[in-house]
Amino acid sequence: MTGQPFEEVAHTADLALRVRGVDLAALMLHAAQGMLSLIQAVPAPGQRQTTSIALQSPDRAELLVRWLEELLFRMETQAVAFTAIHVTATGPSGLQATIEEAPLASIGRAIKAVTYHGLAVRETPAGLEATIVFDV
Amino acid sequence: MNKKELHRIAPWQWEIPASYRPDMRVPVHIYADERLIDEALGDRSIEQAVNAATLPGLVGQVVVMPDVHQGYGCPIGGVAATRLSDGVVSPGGIGYDINCGVRLLASRLSFDEAGPYLDDLASALYANCPSGVGVKGSLPLSGKELDRVCRTGSEWALANGYALPSDLDRTEESGRIEGADPSCVSTRAKERGRPQLGTLGAGNHFIEVDVVEQVFDAGAAQTLGLSPGHLAIQIHCGSRGLGHQICSDYVHELQGAVQRYGIRLPDRELVCAPLDSPEGRRYLAAMACAANYAFANRQILTHHVRRSLEGVLAGKVGDWSLRQVYDIAHNMGKIEEHTVDGRLMRVCVHRKGATRAFGPGFAGLPAEYRDLGQPVLVPGSMGTASWVLLGTEESMRRSFGSSCHGAGRVMSRHEAKRSVRGDQLRRELEGRGIRIRAGSMPGLAEEAPQAYKQVDAVVEVVTQAGIARKVARLTPVIVIKG
Repeated sequence: MTGQPFEEVAHTADLALRVRGVDLAALMLHAAQGMLSLIQAVPAPGQRQTTSIALQSPDRAELLVRWLEELLFRMETQAVAFTAIHVTATGPSGLQATIEEAPLASIGRAIKAVTYHGLAVRETPAGLEATIVFDV
Repeated sequence: MNKKELHRIAPWQWEIPASYRPDMRVPVHIYADERLIDEALGDRSIEQAVNAATLPGLVGQVVVMPDVHQGYGCPIGGVAATRLSDGVVSPGGIGYDINCGVRLLASRLSFDEAGPYLDDLASALYANCPSGVGVKGSLPLSGKELDRVCRTGSEWALANGYALPSDLDRTEESGRIEGADPSCVSTRAKERGRPQLGTLGAGNHFIEVDVVEQVFDAGAAQTLGLSPGHLAIQIHCGSRGLGHQICSDYVHELQGAVQRYGIRLPDRELVCAPLDSPEGRRYLAAMACAANYAFANRQILTHHVRRSLEGVLAGKVGDWSLRQVYDIAHNMGKIEEHTVDGRLMRVCVHRKGATRAFGPGFAGLPAEYRDLGQPVLVPGSMGTASWVLLGTEESMRRSFGSSCHGAGRVMSRHEAKRSVRGDQLRRELEGRGIRIRAGSMPGLAEEAPQAYKQVDAVVEVVTQAGIARKVARLTPVIVIKG
């Protein structure tokens, strides 16, 4: 794969990430890792719990938005941080993920929403690439 | 876009004709001086405004305010009006923080009288007004109670002892948008909204104590309750997780609607549905719920602010009461009547990072303001001034009764953090007499005044253009950030 799994790109008011992966599963994993690096959630000591998430969407871009939203929703409503994430692709625009959650100790920043602005999952010689804008 | 492609039609107005791109339905009018237009062209704001000009059923022109900056879908600082009969509503064109807005409270307390207590007041406001990432409020709501908040907004706050009747009179739409239907709001949105009522949040949201530094219209200022040298307080926040989730839900839902209605768009974030469609009506009913939640949210924070003043100042100063000047939304879709090409018509005005600025005579204004026009609140950038303006008749002709909403960012958050350290900024501001209470130093750095445009220049443009007029300039003495 050419380039970093994710990198922040300039956006005047909000935050944007370019994410890459050799395949759909890697793209989804790197998008999650990138978003969580922006949020800077710190897990607290305590019991870890493993949860499964299954998503199917009409296309890969929508899958990307729904996947990241799912993580944001769990983080906000369950007050958890993610200590491990495994993703496998299920079809052309689906995924099955296993996430390990820990109680949330602190969080560096809030992300309000994952947007579709300019979003497209593009095929590159090295795999897949997308640029995601987050409303903060 | 190149500056040469813009037509300058006044010293403070530029036009992109509808012929610029084949998919544009109306022109774009940008209000900016030479420097502000260069700043607007420095990111993708204007391209986003051109994209917004492709929405079906647009009338007049897409209007871009001088505080414009790059957003998602529509730019922040954009106004677009669509015909009720054949136009659309676009959730992404309104924004995730539905009814993010500003409230201004005036006091009879002079800076000299309050000066010895400002440090204590800053600490009390920070302690009593829940702020920061993931912070919950002190009013966890049952499902039924949340539905009542969604339906009735500030009226819920009044019924529960968090408001004065005059607060509601001096709130846009009296703090309650009609047509709210909680059955159009998802379980997820309600789950996010239940614990967050009465919280400020983080990011660019704030509570600020200001001094009325300069008055430009003494009569208007007096009517608004603003006196030179006296304190005033601003509250800037929105509909929290409830609004964010409602927007996300409908941006998803309408991805399919645009295909069903055969609508082609240059950006998926602009997805929309006809106003006169089941999907469009459902979104408006859900949006109204978030708008009402946001009005109630700012009202409860107002209660906490009043409680803070009482706790710190009772027995020490003569009068610590706060009179609400006004509360306005700056992310909203509103059904309004406007005259377009000589015809009065009902339209949905999308204001994203723009405030309503109706002129004198508008029946929706409280009686004491009706001859003045609607107050327009323009917060600055933490270390700089804020402005109180009034809407004008000219704003009805030029901008669907809309004006700017703030200073507008010019520097990315990443760049701001690279060039400013939060702790240094705090020291610098405190050296200038601005007391800072903030949950996050990196977060404070992201919101540094250097990251924003010159608010005075923004206000100069809207006043030169005649879409608002100056009443008072405020300068900060306390800033509370999440």
